[in-house]
Amino acid sequence: MSITAIIMFVAIVGLTLVITWWASRRTSSASDFYTAGGGLSGWQNGLAISGDYLSAASFLGIAGSIALAGFDGFFFSLGYLVAYLVVLYIVAEPLRNLGKFTLADMISARFDAKKVRGTAALSSIVIVLFYMIAQLVGAGALIQLLLGIDYWVAVLLVGFMMTVYVLFGGMTATSWVQIIKACLLMLGTVIISFLVLAKFDFNILTMFSEMATKTEAGAAYLNPGLKYTNGIDTISMLIALVLGTAGLPHILMRFFTVKDAQTARSSVIWATWIVGIFYVLTIFLGFGAAAFVGKEEIVAANAAGNMAAPLLAQALGGDILFSFVCAVAFATILAVVAGLVLSGASALSHDIYGQIIKKGKVSEKEQVVAARVGSIIISVVSIILALGAQSLNVAFLVSLAFCIAASANLPVIIYTIYWKRFNTNGAVVGMLTGLISALVLVALSPNVWNPVEGAAIFVGEALFPLGNPAIVSVPLGFIGGWIGTILSKETDEAKYREVDVKAQTGISVQDVSH
Amino acid sequence: MAGNIRENINYDKIAEMESFKQLTKKKNNFLWTLTAIFLAAYLLLPILTSFTEILHHKAVGEITWVWFYSAGLFIMTWGLAHLYVAKANSFDKEAKAIIEEYERGVN
Repeated sequence: MSITAIIMFVAIVGLTLVITWWASRRTSSASDFYTAGGGLSGWQNGLAISGDYLSAASFLGIAGSIALAGFDGFFFSLGYLVAYLVVLYIVAEPLRNLGKFTLADMISARFDAKKVRGTAALSSIVIVLFYMIAQLVGAGALIQLLLGIDYWVAVLLVGFMMTVYVLFGGMTATSWVQIIKACLLMLGTVIISFLVLAKFDFNILTMFSEMATKTEAGAAYLNPGLKYTNGIDTISMLIALVLGTAGLPHILMRFFTVKDAQTARSSVIWATWIVGIFYVLTIFLGFGAAAFVGKEEIVAANAAGNMAAPLLAQALGGDILFSFVCAVAFATILAVVAGLVLSGASALSHDIYGQIIKKGKVSEKEQVVAARVGSIIISVVSIILALGAQSLNVAFLVSLAFCIAASANLPVIIYTIYWKRFNTNGAVVGMLTGLISALVLVALSPNVWNPVEGAAIFVGEALFPLGNPAIVSVPLGFIGGWIGTILSKETDEAKYREVDVKAQTGISVQDVSH
Repeated sequence: MAGNIRENINYDKIAEMESFKQLTKKKNNFLWTLTAIFLAAYLLLPILTSFTEILHHKAVGEITWVWFYSAGLFIMTWGLAHLYVAKANSFDKEAKAIIEEYERGVN
């Protein structure tokens, strides 16, 4: 590791620690801890959402996928981007108008039953853990490669840092680390893209015609079908990507960090532009890596292609750009896992401890203590799981998290806001059906079972043919919610009218937010 | 905000107001129609690329139609995001008018 790289790493980590120290002095209440007191402005929150979204999986993963699989890798960019419309059109504003800290708050605004809150908290924690293991495993592998340290040291390092951010700085620190990292990441991406374009004489047509011959796939590199050959599986994966975002706890949490629905709205617009531009640039990152680094070298560094972007930076900008990109990738991982810890802790400490065990009778001081204890529990559990999960495929874990979010959370969110007849029973059955069907179908899928030894976790024929079960499990989540509802006679139209009025007009947002 | 009224809101009364019913209907029609449209446009891409070859042909130079379709999805996303904001701002005004109408009724 070079001196430049060490300076970059120390500078970026130092900056985030200064932010955490500054934020720690502004974090005194539970609302400060979970939602930065609801005080982020539209552009700040927009950048923070972008930061949550531009995880290592996006930056390193998509660049690598496009480099290795051409257009097939670009499917991820499309799915993640269009997902913002689902968030904006269907969930963002009602969520802001009904919720306080968590998804369970929002569903409980309609169904005040422990089992509803408990189930919602459970599905949030499951999603957070899968997503976090994916990020930590990816981070460990990456840092192992970058710094030349052991995997377990790398995971402990990342785990320690994320716990420090969350514990001392809460959501304020996490948001500002996210904002600064989003800016640095965009800067790095723009610089690399510019250098790639310069190589192609700033001509898109030249770039495409050269790419049609530069890889071993030839012209097929520019069309879908290089990697994803099963049509139904491709469609299923794209369903999980587009619907999953609207059910991811750490993204949903971002709508409680602003003061009202108008600000929530404007933050999604900011995020749509920033993330959209980033995803356009992923084409340059991917093509550039395929052309100027080459498949062999990318795969040699990491079989999934995760090193494509840093290697491209090195090929085009030398040691300085390489060190910068690696340091930013490190900051990216830290910021995203910190956000995940917070959303997991809010489900554990606010929903399960504060609302279910203590029935909401907790003082402000106890809430803050509970939030910190919850953060430590979530951190420790995920670090231990990540240490044991080194050999798991990261993309598989991320797609599982998206699939559970789309199958368990989204149907219930939609029913809660828009369906009058929906009831407690339907909410519990819907969430459990989505959660269990996603888990079971993935457990039976080719990602887990493969007749070739070493290709998957177990050796054998997969009972379920699709790698991503969303095309089955999302409808099952909706059907489960519907059947659970009609099997129970319970209805509460007065409560629905209240929720409807709140969601549509935001009339009570002052009572629920502060 | 408007003091004591907010602490004891009669949600049933607002829900029964004609103006509220109209707003909800208009809003939901807008949201679900467009959601159906953009999801259909989005899912049509993998359907077309998996089961047909029509997007695999070259459009300009070596650039195939699938890239143009994708560019269309990007433009659609940005366009619909801004359309939403414009619409939502007008819905906000109506929601505010409804709350004012309700508060006049309460006082």
